[in-house]
Amino acid sequence: MYDSGKIIPGLIIFVLFVTFPVWYNHGDAGAVPKPELPKVAKKCVLPVAQMRDEHMQLLLDWRAEVLRQGEWGFIKIDGKPFQRSLQNACLKCHSNKKKFCDTCHTYAAVNPYCWDCHFARVKK
Amino acid sequence: MKYTFPLGAVIVLALIAWLGSQIPGMQYLFGIAVPYLAMALFLGGFCYRVIKWAKSPVPFHIPTTCGQEYSLPWIKQDKLECPVNTSQVVARMFLEIFLFRSLWRNTKAMVYDGPKLTYESSKWLWLFGLLFHYSFLVIVIRHMRLFLNPVPGFLHGLEFADGILQIGAPNLYLTDVTILLALILLFGRRLINRHVRYISLPNDMFPLFLIFAIASTGIMMRYFFRSGVDIINIKQLAVGLVTLHPVIAGKLSPLFYTHLFLVSTLLVYFPFSKLMHMGGVFLSPTRNLANNSRMVRHINPWNDPNIKPHPYSAYEDEFRENMVEMGIPVEKPLPEKTEA
Repeated sequence: MYDSGKIIPGLIIFVLFVTFPVWYNHGDAGAVPKPELPKVAKKCVLPVAQMRDEHMQLLLDWRAEVLRQGEWGFIKIDGKPFQRSLQNACLKCHSNKKKFCDTCHTYAAVNPYCWDCHFARVKK
Repeated sequence: MKYTFPLGAVIVLALIAWLGSQIPGMQYLFGIAVPYLAMALFLGGFCYRVIKWAKSPVPFHIPTTCGQEYSLPWIKQDKLECPVNTSQVVARMFLEIFLFRSLWRNTKAMVYDGPKLTYESSKWLWLFGLLFHYSFLVIVIRHMRLFLNPVPGFLHGLEFADGILQIGAPNLYLTDVTILLALILLFGRRLINRHVRYISLPNDMFPLFLIFAIASTGIMMRYFFRSGVDIINIKQLAVGLVTLHPVIAGKLSPLFYTHLFLVSTLLVYFPFSKLMHMGGVFLSPTRNLANNSRMVRHINPWNDPNIKPHPYSAYEDEFRENMVEMGIPVEKPLPEKTEA
């Protein structure tokens, strides 16, 4: 082999670079987030699996309809009406942002810009 | 043929993953076994190809030059186009690898009435190529958020910059738009430019179609068909793969398995195709050699050490008598014949 003094270190750097996640995590996958579920209600606006996958789109649709068309509308959960609102509906039950929203968002490195305007209620 | 075969191959691969991942138990094949196998083939194949290249001798000193070479002190050398030492070569290689500098010189030959032949600068390939490669790079780095736990800070920065327009939720990434745009432009170039269309082969089309399919399945998963795309389950699988304890925690969308299978296909295809230009750009003798053939003698590794150099003086010694007889001028005259 010619130029092995350059080829071998080059290949080692390449392999280390590609396998970066392996030695960054060093075998520790870390804990899977367990968001704290509300105690006051058993049902959400949609089934759990659907909420997990699509809640961001639901919230965005609400935002568009409420802010741009002024259609607040009401959603019913267990017969109880709720306003379509992050702060006045979602956060009513999921009252602890840190223990609910942030667990998964931190795990998956998602920084939703909800919180640019909204603020999470601090529990008294 | 050169369009239908690669397109058909990508469609068949996508269908295999889509349908296969729906069979109970096959998730382990498509989610765990195939990605591991693909990664092993990618790394092994990549090293194999590079070492194979490194074993090939470079018989001649062949840097391509397009500027004034190092010469007398009052003649200005073009250091980038005609590098003479290692640091100049490094500068040239850096611009080549990061900015695709040689594509900047791409020309297009056209014949006009007259007839008149022109070579016009054609920077489209450079522009589309740059757009594509940097989008792909950012996308690959961005995916590390699914493989690294905890997520390092620079990924948050990249994520923020890529989604700076704050369109929709999940946030629209700029690179998702630019990679599709660049792929369409690169493909369009192969269709519309007739010179390039003539020399395009199925193995030029296949990676374009494959990467287009990868990007579009990813985009569909993120923005449009979110059902079964639980990012927590996906991250659990991804982190599991790189910590060697893979788990499939829940039911994932067939779109996800299709995306993963096509990425695995790309990894396997990579080392055995033209995509190896990723490694090859570092090993191009026309780029990585300094133009110093007048200062340093390049020895052809093929040379048989038993064959000694045979300079002109030795040649003349060998054939002087015949040369003189034929009237060919010689540098050293025949020795005077001593009269008996």
